[in-house]
Amino acid sequence: MRTSKCDIVIVGVGGQGVILISEIIGRAALRAGIPVRAAETHGMAQRGGSVINHTRLGCVYGPMVPEGGADILLALEPAEVLRYGRYLSRGGVALVNTKPVLPTTVTTGQFRYPDIEEILAPLRGVARVIAMNATEIAERAGNPQTTNIVMLGAMSRFMPIEEALILDALRDSVPGKYIDVNMRAFELGKAEVSG
Amino acid sequence: MREYLLGNVAIARGVLEAGAGLAAGYPGTPSSEIIDTLSGIASRYDIHVEWSVNEKAALEVAIGGSWAGTRSVATMKHVGLNVAADPFMTLAYLGVDAGLVIVSADDPYCHSSQNEQDTRRYAQFASVPCLDPADPQEARDMTIYAFDLSERFSVPVLLRPTTRVSHARSDVETGEIPEGRRRGRGFRKDPARRVSLPVNARVLHRALIDKQRDIERELESAPWNRLMLRGDVGVIASGIAGLYAEEALANLGADLSLLRIGTYPAPSRMIEEIVKNTSKVMVVEELEPVVEEMVEIVARRCNPELEILGKGSGDIPRAGELDLITVRNAIARMLGMSVTVPEDIPSTEIVPPRPPSLCPGCGHRAAYYAMRKAFGKDAIYTNDIGCYTIGISMGTVDTCLCMGASITIGSGIRFGGDERPICCCIGDSTFLHAGMTGLLNAAYNKSRMTVAILDNSTTAMTGHQPHPGTGVTATGEDTVRISMEGIAKALGAGHVECVDPYNLEESVDAFTRARDFPGLSVVISRAPCRILLRRKGEGFRRYRVTDECVGCRQCVEFNCPAIEFDERASINQLCTGCGVCAQICPKGAIEVVK
Ligand code: SF4
Ligand code: SF4
Repeated sequence: MRTSKCDIVIVGVGGQGVILISEIIGRAALRAGIPVRAAETHGMAQRGGSVINHTRLGCVYGPMVPEGGADILLALEPAEVLRYGRYLSRGGVALVNTKPVLPTTVTTGQFRYPDIEEILAPLRGVARVIAMNATEIAERAGNPQTTNIVMLGAMSRFMPIEEALILDALRDSVPGKYIDVNMRAFELGKAEVSG
Repeated sequence: MREYLLGNVAIARGVLEAGAGLAAGYPGTPSSEIIDTLSGIASRYDIHVEWSVNEKAALEVAIGGSWAGTRSVATMKHVGLNVAADPFMTLAYLGVDAGLVIVSADDPYCHSSQNEQDTRRYAQFASVPCLDPADPQEARDMTIYAFDLSERFSVPVLLRPTTRVSHARSDVETGEIPEGRRRGRGFRKDPARRVSLPVNARVLHRALIDKQRDIERELESAPWNRLMLRGDVGVIASGIAGLYAEEALANLGADLSLLRIGTYPAPSRMIEEIVKNTSKVMVVEELEPVVEEMVEIVARRCNPELEILGKGSGDIPRAGELDLITVRNAIARMLGMSVTVPEDIPSTEIVPPRPPSLCPGCGHRAAYYAMRKAFGKDAIYTNDIGCYTIGISMGTVDTCLCMGASITIGSGIRFGGDERPICCCIGDSTFLHAGMTGLLNAAYNKSRMTVAILDNSTTAMTGHQPHPGTGVTATGEDTVRISMEGIAKALGAGHVECVDPYNLEESVDAFTRARDFPGLSVVISRAPCRILLRRKGEGFRRYRVTDECVGCRQCVEFNCPAIEFDERASINQLCTGCGVCAQICPKGAIEVVK
């Protein structure tokens, strides 16, 4: 039996705004009257480490999405999508920002950063993969800090929550002077995904 | 009202709803957001909120609060309870006046901790009740209940959320926050119950033991213990494991007897009930086999034939955290059903590791670089708990045990007969928490070594809480700002100096002088945390690499995440302009962006 309506895993690098995406979805779910459970990474990993956030819509159990269970895997950084690829469910969707953030293990030359295609190819066998340079899109929207909101806009196409409620939650979650740029980022992200 | 709350915010909410008038804690992941939340709204209510200097201080302040008739809470992470264990163990004898709740947040899997000890063991050890919430809703509800329970039995009550509760977020039903007076009537003299002289302690210990049965009976009927008998095979699960078990049973479509436990001492009658009515049970709990041991004891008496699966049988791991798949597969195996093995995604091995790293421009990195230049690679670097432990890749972290241990272990290594140079590294907040005693001990016992206080003027790792060196309190009021130099001198260090780590040459010289000092020396390396500065609105310069770069990689060795290398060095947008790489480059190829 299915025990969650929509399981979402959001991954990225500490400081990229992973938690904000989940907060917005959670607030939107609350408005929609859907129970929601989420698990966040705080503490040590936030210092530039790899972070993962679980959000379960329409779920009343534990907050973590099981491996192989994510309907949506959203990655703010390309290497991270493959690191957590095992969370994807067969037939799920992977939404990927293609702009890398190089870990120090790469900048110091100990490891090689793989090509985007090398990263995405293994996922294509499992799920629908939608890749975009969300950082560049966010710059177009007016602020590269809204990369996470670009990705949220793209993800909104796949979430069982009305878009208006997500936008309300977005407005509630960012400071007033940044609402406009965030709205633009959301729209541009959404436009990247054909219905 | 329904709100979307982080587990720790739900606990803070419970504290407010319960009418508590005092909250004290020391930051520690995953517990910090409880005081962070309360300190932000303390001015609206009649409540004293403080970041204490350490957990022992926090608990003792909360005890005083309770004895003054004010409902009080002390918050900490699981290992913080070790620091507070001294007052904690005897407090159970003396008891409380107004309700006293101790939140000790466990961290199975050591997400952000040095061990994964189980607070439920402390509860057993001290004969103190313990509540084990499964989610943010239970965390809020149990917090309120805990104050009542504490008052009814005059015992402190432990609340033990785990990382997946404290840092979970969910929709939570909240209630009214009472307005008005929260402080109590004041301290009432009662030596027989407030003075732990042996003559009193003997009596109080017996009274504590006598209370246990009544406490257990009371807890038995608490709403977080739920028994459903549905046949011969059963599952017994505690705290968040209860949610994993319920979801697993729903996934598997298995209709088993289920006992969910949320309170300790565990509900022995319910355990007896399920033990008598089953022939096989699986006990599912995170970390220690607390419930499992109890089930074994009860089964010996009521159903010796019972087959008990769990940690003892190897079906449930004793280390690390549980999750749905682990629990589902354990139950499936017990039922002879097929297990789920998540598919492997090919070629994940091409993903480069991404360990946490010191932020670009972090003063700790600069201090480590200078220290290492002065002390060399053969020196011994004892380290401590904080962001700076992340600098392990720089070769200046040889030990890390617990808060404050850098200095005392350094002394021990010296007296143990090692004659190499020793440099102990400790952060400002950690130094004030547990390092001062070690420094005094080192001075008194004539330890010859260097202590580096890496002063970033905050408690960074846990979310930038203030401490006595910052001159502000938890609630943002101005207060005394203690001087690290003053303390170091007062505690007996023979040579004390303060340096700016971003001035590499001066910093190397300072560490060299400290190394050569024939006694106990202290170097205070002071550079406020970059994240803190950014939050305060400080703009940073940026650096860039010019065509002069010859690709020698010396700047790359500095390990700053903003420096990239591909035949030649380049600096990305993460740069916060500390300027150290420019001082390292032998070709003068790094300059400020004008
Ligand atoms: S100045 Fe150099 S070392 Fe400092 S943050 Fe920028 S790139 Fe890193
Ligand atoms: S230290 Fe200077 S010359 Fe050497 S790689 Fe770095 S920028 Fe280039």
